[in-house]
Amino acid sequence: MDPMAAIRDTFFQECEEQLGALETGLLTMEGGDCDPETVNGVFRAVHSVKGGAGAFGLDALVRFAHVFETALDDVRAGRLAPDGRVLGVMLRAADALADLVRVSRDGGATDAERDRLLVEDLKALSGSPQPQAPQPDAVASGSADGGDMDGFAFQPLRFELDAPPAPAEQNWTVRFRPEAGLYAKANEAAVLLRELGRLGSALVTLDASALPSFPDLHPEGAYLSWTIDLATAQPESAIREVFEFVEGDCELDIAPAAGQPPGDTGGIGDIDLAALIQQSQATMAAAPVAPGVGAPRAAEPAPDTGIPNPGRASRPADAATAPASKATIRVDLDRVDGLIDLVGELVINQAMLAQRVSEAGLPRSSNVALGLGDLEQLTREIQDSVMAIRAQPVKSVFQRMPRLVREVSAMTGKPVRLLTEGEGTEVDKTVIEHLADPLTHMIRNAIDHGLERPEDRAAAGKPADGTVRLAARHRSGRIVIEVSDDGGGINRARVRASAVAKGLIAPDAVLSDEETDNLIFLPGFSTAETVSDISGRGVGMDVVKRSIQALGGRIAIASRPGQGSTFTMSLPLTLAVLDGMVVSAGGQTLVTPLTAIIETLQPRTGDVHSLGSGATVIAIRGTFIPLVDVGVALGYRAEPLDPARGITLLIENEGCARAALLVDAIQGQRQVVIKSLEANYRRVPGVAAATILGDGRVALILDVDAIVAASRSAAGQAPEFTPAAGFAHV
Amino acid sequence: MTVAKTVLTVDDSRTMRDMLRLALSEAGYRVVQAVDGVHGLEVLQGEAPDVIVTDINMPRMDGFGFIEGVRRSGLHRATPILVLTTESDAEKKSRARQAGATGWIVKPFNAAKLVDALRRVAA
Repeated sequence: MDPMAAIRDTFFQECEEQLGALETGLLTMEGGDCDPETVNGVFRAVHSVKGGAGAFGLDALVRFAHVFETALDDVRAGRLAPDGRVLGVMLRAADALADLVRVSRDGGATDAERDRLLVEDLKALSGSPQPQAPQPDAVASGSADGGDMDGFAFQPLRFELDAPPAPAEQNWTVRFRPEAGLYAKANEAAVLLRELGRLGSALVTLDASALPSFPDLHPEGAYLSWTIDLATAQPESAIREVFEFVEGDCELDIAPAAGQPPGDTGGIGDIDLAALIQQSQATMAAAPVAPGVGAPRAAEPAPDTGIPNPGRASRPADAATAPASKATIRVDLDRVDGLIDLVGELVINQAMLAQRVSEAGLPRSSNVALGLGDLEQLTREIQDSVMAIRAQPVKSVFQRMPRLVREVSAMTGKPVRLLTEGEGTEVDKTVIEHLADPLTHMIRNAIDHGLERPEDRAAAGKPADGTVRLAARHRSGRIVIEVSDDGGGINRARVRASAVAKGLIAPDAVLSDEETDNLIFLPGFSTAETVSDISGRGVGMDVVKRSIQALGGRIAIASRPGQGSTFTMSLPLTLAVLDGMVVSAGGQTLVTPLTAIIETLQPRTGDVHSLGSGATVIAIRGTFIPLVDVGVALGYRAEPLDPARGITLLIENEGCARAALLVDAIQGQRQVVIKSLEANYRRVPGVAAATILGDGRVALILDVDAIVAASRSAAGQAPEFTPAAGFAHV
Repeated sequence: MTVAKTVLTVDDSRTMRDMLRLALSEAGYRVVQAVDGVHGLEVLQGEAPDVIVTDINMPRMDGFGFIEGVRRSGLHRATPILVLTTESDAEKKSRARQAGATGWIVKPFNAAKLVDALRRVAA
């Protein structure tokens, strides 16, 4: 890759990190913790974004970041108290900055009017009508500072002189006498003379007359001076630039050589030039030079806010406050994925080898079998370690949510407090990437539909601020993410009425509370009486459910009237391997995800009842559960298997809807490497993916929900309340 | 051919570190990098760079602290230090000079500007 393009990528990655740190920092400050290091971190984040943006010429980003940074600098210097109003503006500015970064990376446009208003708000905060005020103010305040600002007084001069071209060679006399301060800052006269020589031809004369006799010589004193006769086509600005770093630490006199008036610049230029040079010399002579190193700086502008000035404390002296960063390397994702594929092959290969060994009839105690056992252990460990490379904390998704909550809160007029827990919980990067949309939707829903209006909350004796909680944790090899609110809970009467009105359920259907709650996962379901701007964009909970299921996950609702609702998602930690039950049906070997299976049981003939429409149910401990013959459902055989000769897998959706799968036999439980069927062949209804077994054969991994749903539709039933109905619409 | 000069860059931004490394190594310098002032001083215990380029705003120890630290050290007090400033920020420049900075580079910089500044301080 082009190195600059790679750095650009790095920049945008870093921006995401900085924006995250910015938001976290601002929220910490909002929580009342205005520790100088927090404030500094917030400032640095914006400063970093600005610096990088400048390098890539992203002007809009630089301009906005600059105004933001100015306001933050005021907070840092104690000139601006970070109260709720100030932080409100800053949080919105952080959001706008994030948008600008995104637009800079992906193209498009931000809301220019919003950005403009924010810039005004920020400027109003810092109280400086001209945040871009380096020149007059800075020089004026600087001269009160001990006079080491003389270098900057030259700026206008340099600017003027840059303009006219200087075509012909011209002679200059430069007198240069370094002071001790020049050497103390590690500047070197010889280097400067060499650089001066690059401009043209130079005759350098040393004046060592000030050199004292040896006993009086101070080792770090400055005794030498030089006169340089320089013939150059470069303008005076170029000469001055050579000495840019040492202005204030030397006596410097640059003048056109005697008897050689500057030539070709024209009459007006002559006059200006001479005047300006004189002016510059006067300025330099007037300016006291070489302030003592370490001299205390003059006071900063007096804080007008009356809050304690954290001023000097903002210099973090103790390294202990920040944890030393762990060494990390960044690796192209393709390499990691390549490694994961290879490890998958290794696992398959190891399984095949194990099978061959067992086929060869070697005893378990043989050295080969023992060695193979060790290999299997190692393979497992390698696999886990490689998977861990892809694992990331869910923080990257969680930290986008505070902004969303602010936006939805503003739109709905409901004050909301967002609590997050378990941000450090790690899960595969692919899972994380696919979590953002479902989470966004669920949080929107929680605020828009879940939380009551403030007046209703007050009437119910609840705090005016609604609470939305977002939590992640690991549980039995999966990650569980909960989105809960303390709102009114699901209005079951309304949900039911709506479902009846839409023909989703029969008017006389008998539904439990859970079943009613699960109606909201049906496609096209919406309870909002008026389709609001926030949740009602035609994306329903059915889409959330489908995207969670596509990740091999499940979703469930628990709702209590008046107390709120909790949506619980349970997702696999990785999309690369799966614990499966290997079964055979219709002569084929299939894998059923273990997470879907509650129990396996041997049906008795008397337990199975045909409903006439082709559907079959099985009585299990007093309840009737739909029975699906997998061999028939996938078209492996036409005639159903005699249930008494097969075995059933009792499965359950997260919505508590149960079904039983009838298969010929169970071969065993095994971890399998998931291979996408869609990517290698095409999507097949009822099949989630494929894998390669130890004997080298391809086995299909069942999409359990889809098979159950398809067999229901095939049996001619009206769409049921089961949330698995999504399959019929794929 | 002379031995490549070594430059120590101290910057907390990966983007900046990458850009500095690219520009400097293309110009023939050997590049050593540190992520903040504390790290910079640590690196200096094992390296003797010809020039140091440092950012100002950094966690743990900022550029001013780092420059003062270098100037206080016996070994590196004569090593030229260039500071990276975002714009011609007069206040920062003068503070950096008081701390003992040799010169400065105004961001955004290009490779020519960077090498030019290095040449002006390194023998």
